[in-house]
Amino acid sequence: MNVENGIHDPHYFVPAPSRWPIVGSIALFCMGMGAAFWMNDVGAGKYVLLTGFAILIWMIFGWFGDVIREAQAGQYGTQVDHSLRWGMSWFIFSEVMFFAAFFGALFYARVISVPELGFFSHTHDLLWHNFNAVWPTSTGPKVDPYQPMEAFGLPAINTAILLTSGATLTWAHWGLVEGKRDHLKIGLAITVLLGLSFLTLQAIEYHHAWTEMSLHLASGAYGATFYMLTGFHGMHVLVGTIMLITMLGRALRGHFTPKHHFGFEAAAWYWHFVDVVWLILFVFVYWL
Amino acid sequence: MSAATETLNPAGHADEHGHDHGHDHDHGHHASTGWRRWVYATNHKDIGTLYLWFAFTMFITGGTMALGIRAELFHPGLQFWQPEFFNQLTTLHGVIMVFGAIMPAFTGLANWMLPLMLGAPDMAFARMNNWSFWLLPPAALLLIISLFVPGGAAAGGWTLYPPLSIQGGMGMDFAIFAIHLLGISSIMGSINIVTTILNMRAPGMTLLKMPMFAWTSLVTAYLLIAVAPVLAGAVTMLLTDRHFGTHFFKAAGGGDPVLFQHIFWFFGHPEVYIMALPAFGIVSQIIPTFSRKPLFGYVSMVYATASIAILSFMVWGHHMFAVGMPATTQLFFMFMTMLIAVPTGVKVFNWIATMWQGSMSFETPMLFAIGFVCLFTVGGFSGLVLSIAPIDTEMQDTYYVVAHFHYVLVAGALFSLFAAVYYWLPKWTGNMYSEKAGKFHFWWSMVWFNVTFFPMHFLGLAGMPRRIPDYPLQYTDFNSVASVGAFCFGLGQLFFLYNVIHTIRGGVGKAPANPWDAHTLEWEVPSPAPHHTWESPPDEALVKKGLVAQALEH
Repeated sequence: MNVENGIHDPHYFVPAPSRWPIVGSIALFCMGMGAAFWMNDVGAGKYVLLTGFAILIWMIFGWFGDVIREAQAGQYGTQVDHSLRWGMSWFIFSEVMFFAAFFGALFYARVISVPELGFFSHTHDLLWHNFNAVWPTSTGPKVDPYQPMEAFGLPAINTAILLTSGATLTWAHWGLVEGKRDHLKIGLAITVLLGLSFLTLQAIEYHHAWTEMSLHLASGAYGATFYMLTGFHGMHVLVGTIMLITMLGRALRGHFTPKHHFGFEAAAWYWHFVDVVWLILFVFVYWL
Repeated sequence: MSAATETLNPAGHADEHGHDHGHDHDHGHHASTGWRRWVYATNHKDIGTLYLWFAFTMFITGGTMALGIRAELFHPGLQFWQPEFFNQLTTLHGVIMVFGAIMPAFTGLANWMLPLMLGAPDMAFARMNNWSFWLLPPAALLLIISLFVPGGAAAGGWTLYPPLSIQGGMGMDFAIFAIHLLGISSIMGSINIVTTILNMRAPGMTLLKMPMFAWTSLVTAYLLIAVAPVLAGAVTMLLTDRHFGTHFFKAAGGGDPVLFQHIFWFFGHPEVYIMALPAFGIVSQIIPTFSRKPLFGYVSMVYATASIAILSFMVWGHHMFAVGMPATTQLFFMFMTMLIAVPTGVKVFNWIATMWQGSMSFETPMLFAIGFVCLFTVGGFSGLVLSIAPIDTEMQDTYYVVAHFHYVLVAGALFSLFAAVYYWLPKWTGNMYSEKAGKFHFWWSMVWFNVTFFPMHFLGLAGMPRRIPDYPLQYTDFNSVASVGAFCFGLGQLFFLYNVIHTIRGGVGKAPANPWDAHTLEWEVPSPAPHHTWESPPDEALVKKGLVAQALEH
């Protein structure tokens, strides 16, 4: 906190008027409306959605480009640096709460709704007499038989991959702090490769589950929580990997100094957050 | 304007047009003019103004829908709308008022006032601040468009409970995506507020010396960052249940519709305080000013705010007493809910103690603030009644609940917003509003508010359910009274619009820099506040002067 630490930039950097936010708003509006139409099979929906997404990509390039240029021009003082740190921390906290909603759904289904369906009364006997109140649920009027995912196959390899990537990223960070640029670049490159391997293995895992284990989004509460939790996590790994690729590109261009490299640190924080989410996922979705 | 301000605020030459500072260093580029000034804005005052006008527009939109509801309920039988459209009206009225009117209005105030009150040049992330605002109009547009798609708008109530919300037409999808945009906006806005408060305060203004409005904004923003993503998760699950075959809320696959209620109210109860805490902050600025005494029990006020926020995460079950839950769980949620009355009571006590033996005067902001304290307390008491599980089982989904939350949201949140607008209009516009017109607006609103909502207590006690377009004959009289009250109340808000425009156009004369003799930093800059203020941090002596006057320092 600035007052307690006596940090007051003589002139806190306030950016010039910018067109990027409104571009982003137009993008998200198109995506929302396009998705709503597309899901209801209205003709142009898909194209509106894709157009919105393209605009969003353009906005992200433009906006982060501005931020990188400002950072390189040395316009961000100590106080701005602290603001960015607070901002990234609170953003990650909001992400934690987003995952918390889905973990809450998982725990609720396992601990409350499935046992209740099987235990409390004979209601299920009347409605669906074959119901078996065990997790993963594979019996029910709307559930086709499927196999649940095993923990100690690809998921365990993926756990090892993500944990290793956390270590290589920290090694890259040490390289940056100590001025060893080669460490930085090699560490980042290895981390990116590990991230891409994770995504590839997850894609293989999904393909296997969908085609050979008959495990679908519609496979009861298990299928829903399995795909939504691992799917949102996978999307976060993808975003994190893109962030790290950006940082690798910046490192190759000679950006970052041992003292000023918050862009790198923010990407690293995000990566570690994604790593921790995976560990919880591995324990509660795959293992137990 | 004090002499100190001239030297401390080098860019604060009160420019008549207020937006044309081509010469200062941080803004070496030409300031935008015309539509670009608003669409590309990075200035916290411009963005604050946008937020406030947007909120007012949504207030009128949502209010018109409310009048549609009240017109239908004036007499038993179906007069104007088919039941399906009536349900769309109640749903959109709720969503628009909560997410479109009250929340953006508070964020707008935080935008306008926090940098001024804390001595900061702008919000911490000025560009992201723009995005937070400009996500709101697209979200509102999605909601409005949804009225015209096949099947009409979402009609399951603002709480969007499944299975109704799983069965609806594509209007529900529009509502879901609108909520996503509103959530993104809230999260970014809140990150900005938290960072600004933690990292942009003037020298010497430690946490326990900042204005109460900053404290309540900080805690509110924290709550929003914690629960807006949870709502996003809940509506995402609705979406996948609707279109991708998942079974989160369908018992046929091991899910449970009650799960949605748990997730929704884990968001929803903190949301209640998100709409109440900033109001507490505003009132805590206004009552000391017009009582000419420092705020009584500042530190206890801060702790009360924090306690309410923490407790708000542990009471969501009181919205669900009637859906079936173990008795011990009901007891837990009941007692936790009652516990919230303690910190809230501390606050009401402190406001009254601030007025006690003060040299009080009753300008419009003070009237609205006192009206807030009285009527919010009524809403708090009916909340206590509802917190008792056996009584709630009886009252669930009746008009008693409608009466309760309109006392906290209209006489609470909305009255505090009116108080804030009258209090700070001189700073925003540089002109004084007409005191006579302001007082008329207050008394008109005060009377008709009670005519509208007080009878709803009786209707609820007599058993009239909420969210229905028709009712048995015995409920007619109170419904007619409420409808008359609603139309008169609505009319009065057009008078409020007139008051604001009149003030912008000159009002009853120029406002001095500090018309109320208040002691927070926003009154140290000229009126109207120049486009850029506190470009370099205020001098510690100036900060100290205000803190001493507020009895926060000796």
